[in-house]
This record gives sequence, structure tokens and C-alpha cells, in this order.
Amino acid sequence: MRKKGSFTGKAELRGASINQHPMDRRRLLLAGGALSGALAGNVLVPQISSAEGASNLPPNVPAWMKEQGAPILSAPYGVPSRFEKNIVRRKREERPTDTAATSFAPLQDLHGIITPNGLCFERHHGGVPDINPEEHRLVVHGMVDRELIFTMDGLARFPSVSRIHFLECSGNTLNWKSANPKWTVQFTHGLLMCCEWTGVPLSTLLDEVGVKPGAKWILAEGADAAAMSRSVPLSKALDDALIVYAQNGERLRPEQGYPARLLVPGFEGNMNVKWLRRLKVGDQPFETREETSKYTDLMPDGTARQFTFLMEAKSVITHPSGGQQLKGGPGFYEISGLAWSGHGRIRRVDVSTDGGRNWREAQLQQPILSKALTRFRASWQWDGSPALLQSRAMDETGYVQPRHDAIVNARGVNSFYHYNAIQTWRVDINGEVSIHVA
Amino acid sequence: MLRECMLFGFMMVCAVATIANAAERYHLGRPITSDELAGWNIDVRADGAGLPVGHGSVREGQQIYATTCAGCHGANGEGKPMDRLVGGFGTLNTASPAQTVGSYWPYATTLFDYIRRAMPFNAPQSLTADQVYAVAAYVLYLNKIVPEDAILDAKTLAKVQMPNRNGFTSPDPRPDIKTTPCMKDCR
Repeated sequence: MRKKGSFTGKAELRGASINQHPMDRRRLLLAGGALSGALAGNVLVPQISSAEGASNLPPNVPAWMKEQGAPILSAPYGVPSRFEKNIVRRKREERPTDTAATSFAPLQDLHGIITPNGLCFERHHGGVPDINPEEHRLVVHGMVDRELIFTMDGLARFPSVSRIHFLECSGNTLNWKSANPKWTVQFTHGLLMCCEWTGVPLSTLLDEVGVKPGAKWILAEGADAAAMSRSVPLSKALDDALIVYAQNGERLRPEQGYPARLLVPGFEGNMNVKWLRRLKVGDQPFETREETSKYTDLMPDGTARQFTFLMEAKSVITHPSGGQQLKGGPGFYEISGLAWSGHGRIRRVDVSTDGGRNWREAQLQQPILSKALTRFRASWQWDGSPALLQSRAMDETGYVQPRHDAIVNARGVNSFYHYNAIQTWRVDINGEVSIHVA
Repeated sequence: MLRECMLFGFMMVCAVATIANAAERYHLGRPITSDELAGWNIDVRADGAGLPVGHGSVREGQQIYATTCAGCHGANGEGKPMDRLVGGFGTLNTASPAQTVGSYWPYATTLFDYIRRAMPFNAPQSLTADQVYAVAAYVLYLNKIVPEDAILDAKTLAKVQMPNRNGFTSPDPRPDIKTTPCMKDCR
């Protein structure tokens, strides 16, 4: 451990024990705050204790202005400020295994429409494989003129495209029955991401192998311990599906399918098969476990809808949202949230602060992209009385995000997947925000 | 291409050649051999296409199940900690549906496909074809779908009729909810 003030000390200090840090007292205070807020979400206005860091406030010159900061390459691959370490993926509950499991993105702490790679939700059925791209191949076969095998280098040589699309697990938002009152937006809507994806149009690859007449479906298979497999309609494959190898400017993260995954924009997350190793062209669906026993929507009469791929229009207010608190008391707050549709662009988002009795149109932040998250915002003067915050998305087809009672009337409560109803957050008189259970 | 065009000055020929190239192949993959494909081509379709040579009996499956599967799925397929495999008949339209292999899965072939590709959880793709047939037979037997003396192979497995075979509907009927957005004094 170098002494404080040495030019290279900061990098090591960063990872060193808390007690030896020059600002250890402040750090401990903040860490404590972060821990207590970990499950409840963060607060809208940071609480500034007079005992903490006052010497860095005006009129004093902050300590960080009186010495050199950390040198370049303190972290060759950068990491967020240590004051943001509470902004992480989380699991909602303990499950029998952490490899066939789910972690949720902290939507309440994200801005804009792009999800940082390290915060993209995880849904694995057999853990994250540690794939050496040199030893990974993509095979395209079945009803094709030429059954071909591609290296990852070969794949990357095809003409490429970059597109921004959301990706949502169809099991996102389990509010069918009564939602857990402690859930934050991380746990209600955090199986959602939006990235700039770079890769090869699947249509290009299919041209390369030559699809035979009569072909209608493609089996996509992953190279994980689940050998995840789903059938994708050929029409979707030829429309806008991609084989992607990069997200947000860098190669895919291992937990997002490194070195290559399928991307079927607007379709349920599970179909975007990660660690893609095989595409088999056929004339009928392959009836895999994940499209029969799972990812099918059970109706009240006991039948189940199959091949319900599309993620319909949905929105949620991320700010203020469950677990947060309007600590500044009555006054101005910006309502902000996300809207998206597997059908295309978001046309309009309405917000209500009285539980859906009266609505007004929110502002949509550009860019408004097809099958991508759209950020909406609305000004709000909170008068200090209880409020019920809601958002309602409309997409370019005119489809309007339904109310909870409408979706339950149509599909009952056992359908599990594809819940896209309006979410309500309750603000009580002390500014605490929580799920409103009607 | 571009350099050749400039060198020879045949601009029209060049343009045509470029367009033609776009529709041609990129030659960035190579043909896969049948040997290579054999190890990866593991899917089994609903009509039985892809089922390998081999066979397995309920009795053989019982032994494999006890040592390999029961730890997660229960001694008799009752589940806990992982998915329940047995029973649940008649529950799909109730408040507590039990979606098991017996009550819910539409195809027995999917059972073979899934066990072969993903089970056992701690050692996927470690069972032989005979073992997969046997375990599938045992799970089907526990659900009273095949008799105790059943021996499954490519032909017999594909013929197994699952109770919920006709329980699935498609295509997707959505949008199934139509809303006109009210703005004032709603409800």
C-alpha cells in the first residue's frame, strides 16, 4: 500500500480495505446508506448529513482539488464510480440453483434508453458457458442447398449492421395475481434491456446457404449446458433477425451470448438464443421444451396459446418508482419512464397521477426507434397528497397498453408470460413510493 | 474490384459486376462434414425425426431415474426442488394448474429431446441414447401413459399419444385486448 498522495496510489487504494482509504469515514457512511437502500431502491434526493464530508463543501476547497487524481489506466477497463456500487443486477428470490436463474436490471437507476452491458438482465437455463471463440462454430443446415459451418472470424467478415432494439423476457412483470408490495421496478420490469446490437442479418446468412422451397421454420440452438433451443418462423428470420456478436460497441458479454447470439427484435427474450451454435432449417416447428412446456400461455379454460412470440406495447414509470422516496417534500419532480413495443415505434405515452382518472401526454425523448426502448418524461408538481402514478403506451399500430383488469379478463391469471398491463406506483404523504395493489 | 475497374476503365462492366456480386455468395463458411454434424444434430421433432437408434425399458429407466433424476424431481416425479414431472391431470383449468410432463406436454418426443440435450442438470449430454429412451419411458410410465413393460425406441416413442396433445392453440390471437385511451374523468 502506497501512501496517500503518491501518483500511483489511487488505483490500489480503490480496491484496498476501507480502513486505509483517506476518505474512509465518508465511504463507510455512504456504503451503509447504500446497503440499507439495496433492496428498497435508491432515494431521489441524496440525504446529505452535516457530519459527512462537510469540509469538502463551500466555502472549503474539496480535498479532490488539492492533489492529483488517479492516473490513467487505474482501471484499464473502466468501472463506475465507487459511489455507484449499489447500481447492480439483483436476484429477486432464492431459487434451487443460480445457473437456471434470473437476475434483474436496476431500471430505477438507469437513464436514457441504452442499458449498460454490465447491467443487462440475465436469464440462463444452464449457466453462462465460458466459450473460447476459436473453439466455437455456427452451423447452418437442414433444408438448405449448402450445409455450412462458420468460424467466428468468418461470421464477422459478412456485411454487418448495427441496430438498437429492446429485449424483454416474456416472464417480465409477474403481476398477474397480487404483486409483492416490496418489489421495486427492478423486480417488476427488470427483465428488460435495450442495446445497440451489431452483427449479420440472418437473411444474409440464409442467402449464403440457400433456403430450399417449403422451409418455414428455423431451429436456433445454443452452446450452453441447456443446449437452449427455439423455433423461429422463417418469415421473421428473413425480416429483421440478426446474428449479433457485439452490443453497445463491444463484443457480447458472456452472459449475453458471447461470442454470438440470435436477435429477433420484438420477440420474447428466450427466442434470442445465446451462445448460438446451430441453425437448422425445417418445414415445421421443432416443438422444443421451451415452446411447449414453457413459454406457452395457459388460459382459464385449460388450453394454452403456443407461439405467442411478440412482446406487445408496454411502459413503466422508473422514476419515481417503488422503493424510492420523494425526500424533498412537495415540489417539482420529473416523472420519467420507458415505453416499448415489439410491433414497432412508440407513438404516444400518457401519464396519470390520480390512478388513471385523468391523463396527459408525456414528452417522448428522441430517438424514437422501432422495437427499441423510448424514454418518456412529464413534469409533475407534487402537492404532498397521496398520488397514484401510471403510464400508458400506445404504439404505431394504435395498440394501447391495457389495464390490469382488462388483461386478467382476457387471459385469467395463470398465463404467466406476456403480462404488459399498466403499472401503478403509490406515493404516500411522506413521499414513499411503493407498488399499488388495487 | 474497384481497382480493377479503374485500371481497365470499364465502368459499366464494373457496376454490373458489383451488383451481381451482392447477390452471390461470400464464401465465408465451409461445407460441414456428416461426421461433424452427427455430434451436433441432436434435435428430435414431433414426428420422431431425429430419434436415434436404440431402445430403453421402463425398468431400466427406473434405475437411472433413481440415481440420476430423483434428487431434483422427487422419487416419484413429484418435483421439488425442480419441476414436477408427474400428475396434475385435470388441473389446467383450475386456480392451481400443475403443468407436468403428463398433464401438459403435447409430445413425448420433446421429452426425449430435452433429456438428451439438457439432462441430467449436472452432466448434460452424458446419457446414451438407450438411457434417454429408458428415462423417458419411466417418466411416461409414472404418468400412466405407457405400461410397465413398455420398451421405447424411435418407432414406439414417436407413436406415444400425450393426453394434452390437443391442448395448444395457434396462431397467436393477440391483440386480444382493445383499448380506447380515455383522457379525462375516466372509469
